[in-house]
Amino acid sequence: MQMIKEEFDAIVIGAGMSGNAAAYTMASDGLKVLQLERGEYPGSKNVQGAIMYANMLEKIVPDFRDDAPLERHLVEQRLWVMDETSHTGIHYRSDDFNEVKPNRYTIIRAQFDKWFSRRVRGAGATVLCETTVTELVRDAKGKVIGVRTDRAGGAIYADVVVLAEGVCGLLGTRGGLRKMLKPEAVALAVKEMHFLPEEVIEQRFGVKGSEGCVIEAVGTISNGMAGLGFLYTNKESISLGIGCLVSDFAAKMESPYALLDALKNHPSIRPLIAGSEVKEYAAHLIPEGGYKAIPQLFGDGWVVVGDAAQLNNAVHREGSNLAMTSGRIAAEAIIQVKRRNDPMTKRNLALYKTMLDKSFVVKDLRKYKDMPALLHTNARNFFTTYPRLMSQAAQNFMRVDGTPKIEKEKATTAAFIKARSRLGLVSDAIRLALAWR
Amino acid sequence: MTNPGTKLRVEDKLYQNRYLVDSGRPHIKVRPHKQPSANLLALTRVCPAKCYELNDKGQVEITADGCMECGTCRILCETSGEIEWNYPRGGFGVLFKFG
Repeated sequence: MQMIKEEFDAIVIGAGMSGNAAAYTMASDGLKVLQLERGEYPGSKNVQGAIMYANMLEKIVPDFRDDAPLERHLVEQRLWVMDETSHTGIHYRSDDFNEVKPNRYTIIRAQFDKWFSRRVRGAGATVLCETTVTELVRDAKGKVIGVRTDRAGGAIYADVVVLAEGVCGLLGTRGGLRKMLKPEAVALAVKEMHFLPEEVIEQRFGVKGSEGCVIEAVGTISNGMAGLGFLYTNKESISLGIGCLVSDFAAKMESPYALLDALKNHPSIRPLIAGSEVKEYAAHLIPEGGYKAIPQLFGDGWVVVGDAAQLNNAVHREGSNLAMTSGRIAAEAIIQVKRRNDPMTKRNLALYKTMLDKSFVVKDLRKYKDMPALLHTNARNFFTTYPRLMSQAAQNFMRVDGTPKIEKEKATTAAFIKARSRLGLVSDAIRLALAWR
Repeated sequence: MTNPGTKLRVEDKLYQNRYLVDSGRPHIKVRPHKQPSANLLALTRVCPAKCYELNDKGQVEITADGCMECGTCRILCETSGEIEWNYPRGGFGVLFKFG
């Protein structure tokens, strides 16, 4: 393909969760959609844990369970606080999650995105891979009217451009639509794919059939930085990874692969992945700035969705569902503007933000608006001091050694006060409660 | 801080990945410098593909062949102008089988 002469209703940049949701929704409504993806195939540049939340996808592709590549539906979630030799955990497992239409699935993104893209094409959109968009094209008044790519040929024009370009957001930041991400508002995560026979995974995690289990962990594994480790069971593999704020990585001169290797060798993790074959190592950024980091979401001839719009709920580790919902809502706003035969101006596209503000996406992010700053400024306390204290307290409680219980309790209390002082403990609790509220 | 054995291990990790390298057209360049800034120096540790290394003059150099296009170096060093960062041309670069 050399030149694309035709003009489109919409150009979608990127074939990740938000881009696919936007392209699918618009194409299904009959809009003429061109989607551009720089990877060899949709998903080849995309990285996620990954947990996919069914409700949000159902709103876009109601029959996705018929043919989407889903790994395991989650029946058990383990939240761990770890120190060097131990983990203290809350586990929630319920047979209620064995439902006809399960609520959460693990997925493998490259495969999932290929499936989603087939649906996008099936809905009538034109999907062009191996095409990097290099520039937004504007008219004399500054309205975005199309894009230029690294393919031969000139600009491609559309009434509106949907920027679903991912967390790096090169076009938006270079085009002056939003500011560059700050190192303290973004995490770097690395992960490996560990392959094991299906029955080994079932035995180790106590699951059967397509049941799945996930572990998410904080503690000394992040070496004093604000971070999270995760282990997700897929059908025949385990996704194991860890992410920390980029600002913390830089300040500590820490290597992400060293953290990952330490996590793999942790006595609580090592037996779970023993004997596995690693088939891929991936790295990706995750927006962590929350509500306060949400940039301008629309303008003359453009909207921004998904990770590029920093729509990620760090507290609940939700990202792809916010991405696909923002893509759907942006598409629905564009469809409404088009139906009225109105131009895709900033004023008319403000409908996208109005609709997004009413959705769970912005409501959830607003709820935790103070959390990123709290965790960032108190990383050592929340990710090292407290996990160690918790582990010591648990061991003190469990170990039977003839020490009178009253003395054990006193020792635990004294350890907390010594580490953080009475005032520090109260202040941490209040600040956490306020940020959670 | 990483231990001396780490370099070997990250190369082993990257060996699992598929890449289509755009020979002679690196998508990231380091601006010539006498002494690296703290952030640029940090990339020798923080880059998850260990693309950045110190040469014997104490300057930071990049070999972007194993780059996973995460953008960490861009976040830390693009604003200061120390690196020039672009995506590879369409179809080139890392190709995740699983992601």
